[in-house]
Amino acid sequence: MPTPTEHGRPDPETTALAHSRDGRPVSDRGDTICVIGAGASGLTAIKNLVEHGFGVDCYERETGVGGAWNWRHDRSPVYASTHLISSRPFTQFPDFPMPDDWPDYPHHSQLLSYFERYADHFDLRRHIWFGTEVVRVEPVADDRWDVTTRSTGGYGPERTSRYAAVLIANGHNWSPKLPRYEGLEQFRGEVMHASSYKDPAQLRGKRVLVVGAGNTGCDIAVEAAQQASRCWHSTRRGYWYAPKYVLGRPADQVNDTLLALRVPLRLRQWLYHRTLRLTVGDLTRFGLPKPDHRVYETHPIANSQLVYHVGHGAITPVPDVARFESHSVELADGRRIDPELVVFATGYLPRFEFLEAKVLGDDEGVGRPRLWLNAFVPEHPTLAVAGLLQPDSGLFPLVHWQAVLFARLLRLRATRPERAAAFAARVRSGAGERYSGPVKDSTRHWFEVGHADYLRALERALHDLEGAK
Amino acid sequence: MNGERVRMLRGWEWARPVRPVRREVLSVLPELEEGQPPLLFVPGFGHGAWAYAEHWLGHTAARGFPAYAVSLRGHGGSEPAPEATLRAYAHDVVQVAAGLPRQAVLVGHGAGALVVAHALARYPARAAVLVAPVLGGWATFGAALRRNPLGTLPAVFGGGLRLSRRQLFSRETPDADARRHAARLGRAARRAQWQLLTGADPEPAVGRPPVLVLGSPDDRVVPASALTRAARRYGSAPLLFPGMGHDLMLDARWREPIDAILDWLVKDPTRGEVP
Repeated sequence: MPTPTEHGRPDPETTALAHSRDGRPVSDRGDTICVIGAGASGLTAIKNLVEHGFGVDCYERETGVGGAWNWRHDRSPVYASTHLISSRPFTQFPDFPMPDDWPDYPHHSQLLSYFERYADHFDLRRHIWFGTEVVRVEPVADDRWDVTTRSTGGYGPERTSRYAAVLIANGHNWSPKLPRYEGLEQFRGEVMHASSYKDPAQLRGKRVLVVGAGNTGCDIAVEAAQQASRCWHSTRRGYWYAPKYVLGRPADQVNDTLLALRVPLRLRQWLYHRTLRLTVGDLTRFGLPKPDHRVYETHPIANSQLVYHVGHGAITPVPDVARFESHSVELADGRRIDPELVVFATGYLPRFEFLEAKVLGDDEGVGRPRLWLNAFVPEHPTLAVAGLLQPDSGLFPLVHWQAVLFARLLRLRATRPERAAAFAARVRSGAGERYSGPVKDSTRHWFEVGHADYLRALERALHDLEGAK
Repeated sequence: MNGERVRMLRGWEWARPVRPVRREVLSVLPELEEGQPPLLFVPGFGHGAWAYAEHWLGHTAARGFPAYAVSLRGHGGSEPAPEATLRAYAHDVVQVAAGLPRQAVLVGHGAGALVVAHALARYPARAAVLVAPVLGGWATFGAALRRNPLGTLPAVFGGGLRLSRRQLFSRETPDADARRHAARLGRAARRAQWQLLTGADPEPAVGRPPVLVLGSPDDRVVPASALTRAARRYGSAPLLFPGMGHDLMLDARWREPIDAILDWLVKDPTRGEVP
């Protein structure tokens, strides 16, 4: 059932009416909306925009869907053993469940097949230009956007199309963040970022130092415990290592039972500490540093195996790295270790290289946009970012609702401009708001959100926008 | 269905996912793929996928639409589930629908229409068809009590809801057929039956699917007024097939309603009103 506003793919011969600022021809795509990226966020954006009657052109630099979850993609951070860290109900799109006979925590290859089925089920591929990367996105008059694209890798000519709106869904787990360390250049051992870690064979028989206690760092440390001849795990502070199962159920389902019962944060923290104490035990007994914060104050680490391997001596917990020397590493407490391989699981930074930093309100160019609901851009009502969230739960349902909200906003721009204007005022006044309890600040945690707080804020935004009861 | 609050936060649903069961899905596919959307038929309480396998599945496929029918848990060839709730039934429908290769049209009959209405809040169907819908509530109960007190009363106390042959089939249906079908009837779970009366209204449908309501004014389970009410809820009027019993898909004149449904789909109904 094609909708009346649906267009085919852009055809420069018939639609080249306008010209860009530097005189190149621009094909005007009318009311069509541009989506950048066909990963999880891009796919749900296409689906929801089309469902609301919009035409969509999506540009994807790779040749398949799934973005980060497609292990064939060169920017994909997944490794052979990547599994979900939030259980199925929290991870699936709210209107397209994963098969209920899948495990609680599916493997990354299942995730990819899920996204491919989503794309086929809703016939999304006909909106996607594969092998096409976005070079530039520039605002033009009437809140419209000129999007310049070319074939991935820079072949072929650039072409520019004009869109009514742009939704950026380019992901935030592909540009590695590498902290500076004194003497790293003269270190003779092998150094890699977790983004190039794919398979435990890379660790086999080596003396490995894993830096970073994110979920990836812990996964790699656990694999090194089983494969490497020696494994040191360096963390800057103490963390809570939450098991994936508590009381025989996925831990996040237990947690949301408490949330649904409206148990206050303090009591939930106390219960959580109590449960961890009774199940995992006293972390300092294992030689791990004592956490310097309460649970729910940093991004949760869901790993049942790390403490187990520490207890078997397969992982040696060590403090932060002080400096590198040619054949050894000096730690913050003065100890020296001699790894052959250093894996930096130090995370990723969001990057929008096709967009001038100040468009997203990032005036200093530090890579930290100023947005409302981590999605809406002050002064640019037809631009939004999807999926720039680090939730304490599954990401995809949150992005689904972001896309629904953006679609409804764009529709109201045409039918009820005064409501859209009120929304724009709200975006300006609310930019930079946070949607979680007190969290430790870092380049990773500035877009950390609590899933319940965030969805409640989105719900409120949708109802204020539509003036529903 | 305008102005209803969209519920994004579904803590209970996430915390207590429905248990998976083995589900029976019967299908008849057209010989040639013609790009038509698949139809997923959902039987009412006591019925299984077999009710559609009799006539409608084959006819739908013959007209070029892939046709599937699911047996709700505890019905037909699906796994027994004596403790099932309406939510579990809707879960079964959404699971099967999302497993189909393309966006599906949901067709629910009897109380299966209520299950479909609940499923529409969790799956953006391409369109939905409610056949002789039993959407629950006390009015339905009153009508059932009047027409069949002996079959209805036990259900109040947790017994099975028993529908008589004369309620389900018109006089035109050969007696042998009616007997054969009636013998296959099972029963829905106790809790799901209660939820027909006490359950919450379905949440608003996602994706604004067009909804068609059809039934028979001579249905001895669903009164004509209930059909009108159901259709009004989705902003239309019911399509009526006089002289037929409640089980339109097993009736002697089964061909008329299914042809009407397929004609409606071929006409490509536009999406529901923009909220």
